[in-house]
Amino acid sequence: MLKEYKTVSEIYGPLMLVEGIEQAKYGHIVDIELGDGAIRHGQILQVENDKVLVQVFEGTEGVNVKDSTVRFLGKPMELSVSKDMLGRVFSGTGIPKDGGPAILPKKKLNINGNPINPYARDYPNEFIQTGISTIDGLNPLVRGQKLPLFSGSGLPHDEITAQLCRQATVRGKGEQFAVVFAAMGITFEAAQFFINDLTNTGAIERAALFINLANDPAIERIATPRVALTCAEYLAFEEDMHVLVVLNDMTNYCEALREISAARKEVPGRRGYPGYLYTDLATIYERAGRVKGKKGSITMVPVLTMPEDDKTHPVPDLTGYITEGQIILGRSLHRKAVAPPVDVLPSLSRLKDKGIGVGKTREDHADLYNQLYAAYARGKEAQELATILGEAALSAEDRKFMTFANQFERRYISQGYYENRTVEQTLDLGWELLSMFENVELKRIDVKLIEKYMPRFRKSAAGQTASVES
Amino acid sequence: MAELQNGKIVKVAGPVVVAEGMLGARMYDVVRVGNDNLIGEIVELHGDRASIQVYEDTVGIGPGEKVVNTGAPLSVELGPGLISSIYDGIQRPLDQLVKAQGSFILRGSALPGLRRDVKWHFKPVIGNGTEVGSGDIIGEVQETTLVLHKIMIPAGVSGKIDGLREGDFTVEETIGVVHGKDGQTELKLMQKWPVRQPRRVTQRLNPNQILLTGQRVIDAFFPIARGGTACVPGPFGTGKTVVQHQLAKWVDADIVVYVGCGERGNEMTDVLKEFPELKDPHSGEPLMKRVILLANTSDMPVAAREASVYTGITLAEYFRDMGYSVALMADSTSRWAEAMREISTRLEEMPAEEGYPAYLGARIASFYERSGRVICGGAPQREGDLSIIGAVSPPGGDLSDSVVQATLHVVKVFWSLMARLAQQRHFPAIDWLTSYSFYRQYLPGCFEDAAKGQEFAAMMQQAMNLLEQESQLVEIVRLVGAEAIGPNERMALETAKSIREDFLHQNAFHKVDTYTPIEKQYDMISLILHFHQQGLAAIENGVEPADIFKLSVREEIARCKYIDYAEKEKIHAIRDTVDRQIKALYGGSAVETAA
Repeated sequence: MLKEYKTVSEIYGPLMLVEGIEQAKYGHIVDIELGDGAIRHGQILQVENDKVLVQVFEGTEGVNVKDSTVRFLGKPMELSVSKDMLGRVFSGTGIPKDGGPAILPKKKLNINGNPINPYARDYPNEFIQTGISTIDGLNPLVRGQKLPLFSGSGLPHDEITAQLCRQATVRGKGEQFAVVFAAMGITFEAAQFFINDLTNTGAIERAALFINLANDPAIERIATPRVALTCAEYLAFEEDMHVLVVLNDMTNYCEALREISAARKEVPGRRGYPGYLYTDLATIYERAGRVKGKKGSITMVPVLTMPEDDKTHPVPDLTGYITEGQIILGRSLHRKAVAPPVDVLPSLSRLKDKGIGVGKTREDHADLYNQLYAAYARGKEAQELATILGEAALSAEDRKFMTFANQFERRYISQGYYENRTVEQTLDLGWELLSMFENVELKRIDVKLIEKYMPRFRKSAAGQTASVES
Repeated sequence: MAELQNGKIVKVAGPVVVAEGMLGARMYDVVRVGNDNLIGEIVELHGDRASIQVYEDTVGIGPGEKVVNTGAPLSVELGPGLISSIYDGIQRPLDQLVKAQGSFILRGSALPGLRRDVKWHFKPVIGNGTEVGSGDIIGEVQETTLVLHKIMIPAGVSGKIDGLREGDFTVEETIGVVHGKDGQTELKLMQKWPVRQPRRVTQRLNPNQILLTGQRVIDAFFPIARGGTACVPGPFGTGKTVVQHQLAKWVDADIVVYVGCGERGNEMTDVLKEFPELKDPHSGEPLMKRVILLANTSDMPVAAREASVYTGITLAEYFRDMGYSVALMADSTSRWAEAMREISTRLEEMPAEEGYPAYLGARIASFYERSGRVICGGAPQREGDLSIIGAVSPPGGDLSDSVVQATLHVVKVFWSLMARLAQQRHFPAIDWLTSYSFYRQYLPGCFEDAAKGQEFAAMMQQAMNLLEQESQLVEIVRLVGAEAIGPNERMALETAKSIREDFLHQNAFHKVDTYTPIEKQYDMISLILHFHQQGLAAIENGVEPADIFKLSVREEIARCKYIDYAEKEKIHAIRDTVDRQIKALYGGSAVETAA
């Protein structure tokens, strides 16, 4: 028998204080019935004697002290899961909102999940081909990795995530693949773009979408990534699927968290975000991974917009400390119409060395990306120098590297959102671009590899270099 | 001791629980919280009200549930079976937990740190009837092929030993008895120690010997001493963890304790997968046979993260007390500090900077002070040392961060990781201009031949001078071009570049380059500086610097790092090539430099 209480004593911000409660448990959920019969949902943030502090997911607008009835459901927030969730659209708390039938649950799972025992983790080492050169060639993604997209307002992160969902594949294997998409506070347009893209390619059949739009209650966003990941965990570890989870946009999530923290009058950390932001984010990001003895995996691509493109802002900063690398989008590349505008130099995939090489991609992969990276870094320096001194003042060597950087941006990075390159195409393109250098200059590549892979590009590439340089 | 009472929960706020009716409870007593028996620790007392930090997720806990006081502080079990283990922050064996509970960590589990079902072969080293005291070594267990585990008399026990015998025992079986003044004590292979209390030593000594790591920038420029402390701060993506892993793999210590504190789960998996496959360069045995891992990943409960560094250092101290050289890596102490901050916030303490508690600096300092070279307690007299290497993850890479600053107050070695270097893929991204080490004076002692050691130190100083010179010249070159500076300066620039790229840059993933013996480091730097010397001589003889830079031998110098030191003649041969090629430029005779 569920007890009902009409003892709401305080309401402030998204929080509500209820008194005279027996047997309330930390972290459990409540239903709040308003005077007009509308139901809202909440979660217990703190219990002290008979006083209970509740965060209201839908916000407290229109709630009053007198008429509200609070029901304690005696359990943490749960999600009904089943394989039928694929192809469906849900609200940010997991309620179907596409007009379809309710999900017949195979299981009900606590949305907070449990930490994976580090000993039970299996190391991510299967190369995922995304068809995007800047990722496959330079920052390879592997199954079970969490690789965020650091973006900014006005940058095309939606196009890139859509491209990822369309193209990502582990080669040579016909395994079950699914996409779980969690939208937190993004615009209707952005969500629709994604849904349309999935629909057009038929990928929607393999996708479950959890949508909390910009005008949906902000506090609901606290639950959205957890709900989505609970669905993903079920699909991965019980239904043996390989799940790609896209969380868009984590900055909005963190702002909702900050709102609650401020309402609770907690001592803020940097920029008003709570001191436990790192831990909180970790409980989300760390749910990606592979588990020994299970076929499925969760690969995660969180998207976040950096306020003022500032990488040291707490959200990207703490994210970067938890995730295994980051793909950073660059505004100046975007302005130069380089698409996708992946800023190669600060981007990094920490697990790249595990997913490449003989038997996975190709033996020359590691040396090649090191060399491309170094040459591009050198070229960027020359580019900057040229803007200060003028191109004429550059040494011959600097000019050569600058030419390389320009070509690299135009041909390697800028491939458009609909070109799907195999990893061999990406690698060969790298060799082709490097062919403008003497062997001695390619210090980071094993001589044997140069001899094996370079010569066949020598002639044709030399011709092209001359023609592009205009 | 006052009668212990069981309390009742009155408040739950995240990882902090407040209970009433806890009369007789002491600070840092371990308690069992709620119907699920979660493990917690008392961190504040007001009358009979105790605030408890709980090491497990508190969802579903509420007022009215019971709290049981165990009356003992948080302790670890010390004995055979520690090596090769992987524990969480409060010494629960993660590998055993997988067997017991499956792939996810559930609450309320209570597996002991040491396995009870394993028998160890114990061999006494002293005879019955001997008078013994705290810390005396009474026997040995060959724990792994690399580690001879010495069984010591627990603290506070002394008297005449009896019944000590050779045989196979579990950690709980009695191996002998000590007859003391206040009765007799049964000896077991296992003993316990509270983690927040440093283990006692007879005397602390100053570090005086370098702890070699095989990492060139560290050994040659910023070495750490046995018993010393070092910190590695850097923004994300600069390779803190790779540096820590490299040290854990190659450091010249008997025992390595690796504490993964609030970091990524996949990184721990990496360690778990890789270490058993790697061979110890000194013994050829799998590295895992001298390693203890503690993994409290970032998604595991925050309070256990706070405890994990103490658990780690206590295990490390225990092996130091056997007379071993122990190295502890903590990755990352920032997460530990953040856990402290989170608990402090929940306790509603007045914060100091950035919300961190006012005692942050004191806690950090007392943690690092548990390092050191010591004369261990007990007989026979022996020396042990414990070195601590802590990673710090400052927000935004900002070194004015409270944790970095508090750490720099106490550590003697500072490896400054730079995002700029990491972006250039210069790894390890340790900045040679801002890093420092107070232990450089001991560098010559790394070589058997004292003169060679002195020479190495001198060469490293010359290398540093060149790098310093480069940092000044590079701005000028930027603005006016390389042609505008003199030929000698151009030579210096090229050599500095060579030092950076051919010596300091080291590939952790290359099978040869990942570890460089100190002798090879000597040969490498000596070769680079030899080329510099010969180059200067050539310039004096009118050779254009550009012609020197074009010599093909430079590529051979660059690839020196990939030559296995077993084939050191190959490196020595390059020296002759240098002489030959430079000589050919001007037809003179090569200048003699020290070999």
